[in-house]
Amino acid sequence: MHIAKDLVAASAAPLVLGILAEEESYGYAILKQVGERSGGRLEWTEGLLYPLLHRLERLGHIESHWRSPGGGRRRKYYRITDRGRAELVEQRRQWDAVVEALQGVWTASRSLDPTVRPALEG
Amino acid sequence: MTTDADTDLESQIARWRSYTLRRRAMRDSDADELEDHLRGRITDLTEAGLRSDEAFLIAVKRMGRLDEISREFAREHSDRLWKQLVLAPEPDGAAAGRRHDLAAMLVFAALAAIAVKAPAAFGLGLGGEAGFYARNLGPLTLTPLAAYFAWRRRTGPRTLAVMAALVALAAVGANAYPLAADSQSIVLTSIHLPIALWFVVGAAYVGGEWRSGRRRMDFIRFTGEWFIYLVLIGLGGGVLTLFTVGTFGAIGLDAEPFVESWLLPCGAAAAVVVAAWLVEAKQSVVENMAPVLTRVFTPLFTAALLAVLAAIALTGSLIDVERDALILFNLLLVVVLGLLLYSVSARDPEARPGGFDRLQLGLVVSALLIDLLVLLAVAGRIGEWGFSPNKTAALGENIVLFANLAGTAWLLLSFVRNRSPFSRLERWQTGYVGVYAAWVWAVVLVFPPLFAYA
Repeated sequence: MHIAKDLVAASAAPLVLGILAEEESYGYAILKQVGERSGGRLEWTEGLLYPLLHRLERLGHIESHWRSPGGGRRRKYYRITDRGRAELVEQRRQWDAVVEALQGVWTASRSLDPTVRPALEG
Repeated sequence: MTTDADTDLESQIARWRSYTLRRRAMRDSDADELEDHLRGRITDLTEAGLRSDEAFLIAVKRMGRLDEISREFAREHSDRLWKQLVLAPEPDGAAAGRRHDLAAMLVFAALAAIAVKAPAAFGLGLGGEAGFYARNLGPLTLTPLAAYFAWRRRTGPRTLAVMAALVALAAVGANAYPLAADSQSIVLTSIHLPIALWFVVGAAYVGGEWRSGRRRMDFIRFTGEWFIYLVLIGLGGGVLTLFTVGTFGAIGLDAEPFVESWLLPCGAAAAVVVAAWLVEAKQSVVENMAPVLTRVFTPLFTAALLAVLAAIALTGSLIDVERDALILFNLLLVVVLGLLLYSVSARDPEARPGGFDRLQLGLVVSALLIDLLVLLAVAGRIGEWGFSPNKTAALGENIVLFANLAGTAWLLLSFVRNRSPFSRLERWQTGYVGVYAAWVWAVVLVFPPLFAYA
């Protein structure tokens, strides 16, 4: 299933904040998590993820530090900040409102077109 | 077998990484992050049963085109497209080296400020004997700069000895001759001595390799950039002065004595070293400005000179060589030479002759024609004038510059007609630097006794 670009972009920040709210993580792991959580339906590009992480860091919603996983390489870990948690709460309120409104619309229109199933459950 | 595949994979990743770093929006740390990402995916794919080279190909493909990624990076980090010179924090050892350099620069800038104020301690204040500072401004401000470069380049003892001897000679030239404060010679000395010492700075800058044409050209490049930075610092200093005087004036305090006797002289002397440090620091970071200005002004000056020639031809009126005319035309030749020099300094010597080279030829030839008219007019009236120091110096300079430009015009012409390589013009210009040096030192050391200290 293809999800529209605007929708991917709008949901990206709350998804990252939500994943980092559970535990700190790094780019590739976040990308995999997003894939798993959406059942493979949300496919992010690196060009979306890393600039987003850097923007969230600039805004102070997350912070980063380097760690060495061994083999002379280094890996950049991101961790959510208090400001980021507050932002997540705010985003969640907004999304809840949107989802609620959509669900109202879906139930009303179900009688018109029974093939449409609510896509945004949970 | 596995190690072979591993080294292969490592070299592929290294190559991919170098492609990544070529993008301007990408920093080292971004490449690290993306490389970690790539490796994570490769590991997953090999665990799923792919060979490492296959895994690499798929991982790179999945990551998408670098162009697109770097465009997204550039959107988030648009500041990175502006190269930052002084404030950009650098990782690792480079930062320590730069701090060390900054400290050294501050020491030498402070030395320059002290050197300018030191004579005041012996009763030779700025307000005192007028001639003293006019004669010694060059040695006082440029010696610290030469010392700064001698320190930076770790100049050998032989070059140091030559430099010290030249500075001593300059100090003698400035002070030993009995020049009256209102004589022409003192004006000539105060103009030519800083230029003479600039060549000592040059010797320090090139680390003693003053015979090398390439190093001379580096010094010419440095001179242009240094001058631009000095002008910019001067403008900033002007604003600072204005605010200082204005705000202190608003609270009823007169800051002018402080500004005049401390802020201006110390700031100007320090700016000489600071500008040099800036040029050194930014060398490879920022585009050189002098060649850019050259590109803008070469067509404009050519048009102006052609208009003057056309006006002379149409009206038939000759150039008035009264009073300051010769100085004006000397300055014109200096500007034309500067335009030429800084486009030569930035030109790829391998490139074929193009439209800009023809434009330059037009510029040089029209400047030469105008100067020829001036010289003819001067020759007609030289008997009337007699040989005063001022006029001799002005005439000599005109001839020195004329000879350079005539040679340049000839070499440019044969280059445009594919008869000789561009490097000959470069060699002509770098070789000619010696002539300028000989001339200004002669004006400083030989002219005063020659004209009986007039």
